[in-house]
Amino acid sequence: MIEALTAGLFNGLIYAAVAVGLALIWGITDVINFAHGEFLMLGMYAAYWLYTLGRIDPTLSAPLVAVALAFFGFMVYALVIRRLQRGPAMAIILATFGLGLVLRQLAFIFFSPDYRSLPDTLLSGSVSLAGMSLGRPQVVTGLVALAVVAALFVLVYRTRWGHALQAVAEDRQVAALVGIPPDRVNAQVWMLGSAAVGLAGALLTTFFYVFPSVGTVFGLLAFVAVCMGGFGSLPGACIAGIAIGLIEAMTGYLAAPALKTVSVYILFILVLWYRPRGLFGRW
Amino acid sequence: MTPASSLSGPAWRPPWPLAAAAAAAALLALVPAVVSDAFTLQVLLLAIMFGALGACWNLVGGFLGRISFGHGVFVGVGGYATLLLLHHLKLTPLLGIPLGGLLCAAVAWLVGGPTLRLSGHYFAMATIALLQIGLLLMINWEWAGGAVGLEAPLGDRPWMLLFRTKVPYYWIAVGLAFVTYCVTYLLVHSRTGFYWRAINGDEEAACSLGVPAERYKRLAFVLSAALTGVWGGFFAMYVGFIDPESMFSLTMSVQIVLVAILGGVGTLVGPWLGAAVLLPLSEGTRVLWGSSGLGLDLLVFGLAILLVTLFLPGGLVTLWRRRGPAGR
Repeated sequence: MIEALTAGLFNGLIYAAVAVGLALIWGITDVINFAHGEFLMLGMYAAYWLYTLGRIDPTLSAPLVAVALAFFGFMVYALVIRRLQRGPAMAIILATFGLGLVLRQLAFIFFSPDYRSLPDTLLSGSVSLAGMSLGRPQVVTGLVALAVVAALFVLVYRTRWGHALQAVAEDRQVAALVGIPPDRVNAQVWMLGSAAVGLAGALLTTFFYVFPSVGTVFGLLAFVAVCMGGFGSLPGACIAGIAIGLIEAMTGYLAAPALKTVSVYILFILVLWYRPRGLFGRW
Repeated sequence: MTPASSLSGPAWRPPWPLAAAAAAAALLALVPAVVSDAFTLQVLLLAIMFGALGACWNLVGGFLGRISFGHGVFVGVGGYATLLLLHHLKLTPLLGIPLGGLLCAAVAWLVGGPTLRLSGHYFAMATIALLQIGLLLMINWEWAGGAVGLEAPLGDRPWMLLFRTKVPYYWIAVGLAFVTYCVTYLLVHSRTGFYWRAINGDEEAACSLGVPAERYKRLAFVLSAALTGVWGGFFAMYVGFIDPESMFSLTMSVQIVLVAILGGVGTLVGPWLGAAVLLPLSEGTRVLWGSSGLGLDLLVFGLAILLVTLFLPGGLVTLWRRRGPAGR
């Protein structure tokens, strides 16, 4: 029981790691990036190829992958999102969904649908914690996720730059009037959010398979975490991610493993019933 | 729903669009007499079906402004209800399809309560969650075929909607599409339709003017779901084989939305127009490259979504409107 819950906790931290980038982008730019899972997939492939071709361990290449993804996020913002920002919300949802589909199919074509995994990384092995044995990659990724959430939290809520972000989130035009360039801030947020998901992707390769549709596995759960956590709330996304991990573990332990995701979605709809803007959403 | 009565304001016009739709349906019904190519007929049928699905979606997504990305759930529920009734109770789809529609209406009524209060991204996410719940439940429900799916029996029994050739299905689709168009036309031009657009414009203002917003939002969702469910039942009989992945599919749900967007959201003809353009494109690429095993057809579909939203956000209808006054 406790063992299942602990494993669930670390799974939840991984969901949180994937979700924070999404929460950041959504909170500041009011855009929900339906290609987020495919960003993760790109990060995973980048780490995979860096290891296979360049012999760079994912633990070390994670910052490189983060930088690469930041650049990619900037491109996506500049080429797609910026043009649609003043249009209806539906246009952006659809455009990012289409982008995700394109990226997934391109990965399918160029990287083949094979499931790949990294056999032996610096993190391989297990740690024992109070008599329980946990995978070392999961523990490290979970802790890094916590650190990333904390760092982003400080960056957004405690620094001058973060206040500029919040100003743009609050009101684009007024922010522009006081000298904050909204387009540049939005681009920075896209870079930061994409870098966060790149980091998560690189670390994920140490214990999870890499395949073209890996993004949908984590992507949908990341959306649920972000919506459940509440509009743009970083701590909310983190707590909701952990909650999802724990619920999965509980359902898998008490009922049937096949139903664990169902209970997550049902809980999600129940949460929205009682709090239509998520657990920590601003009303 | 009564059709627009004298109470619903000055907008009651002679229903020439209905006459035009009847003429179009009659023309389409004649196509099999001229064209015998199975593929052309299949593309036409799919275009008609997706036009209808887009029109059903449009009631919620266009006129009410609540974007549902999970309309596939109603296709799935309708299709599964029809085939399960046929499979286990030997009930004819002539009854099973309407029952599937009713079941969809019930699901929509239940789910509409908590979700229709949401707006924007939250509603979209809630409908996706609903779709995933449906998908995962059906995969694990052995009685309903589980992950393997269900087959319609083979045979030639018209009262069971089983035909050897696909042509009768085509005629059924044309008839159903005509009914779908008429229903959406009458709804949109009735008081209900005005209420929906008022809620879409400004829900609080509409409430303050006495529009019972809760009830009418639910009504839109329930009607849209019921019609979608009927089409789901038809689709299941037409393809003769259903599985959770194809019926509760996010890609299909997005295709429904895309058809409406490509044509023009919140217009009556938009979805049909969008389907007439998109379905030949997607089916054509599927035939050309789908067998390569690389999923090129999906790549083209994704690119189409990107290009449409980037360069034609108002839909094909706007191309026509730019030239002159909008004479809807």
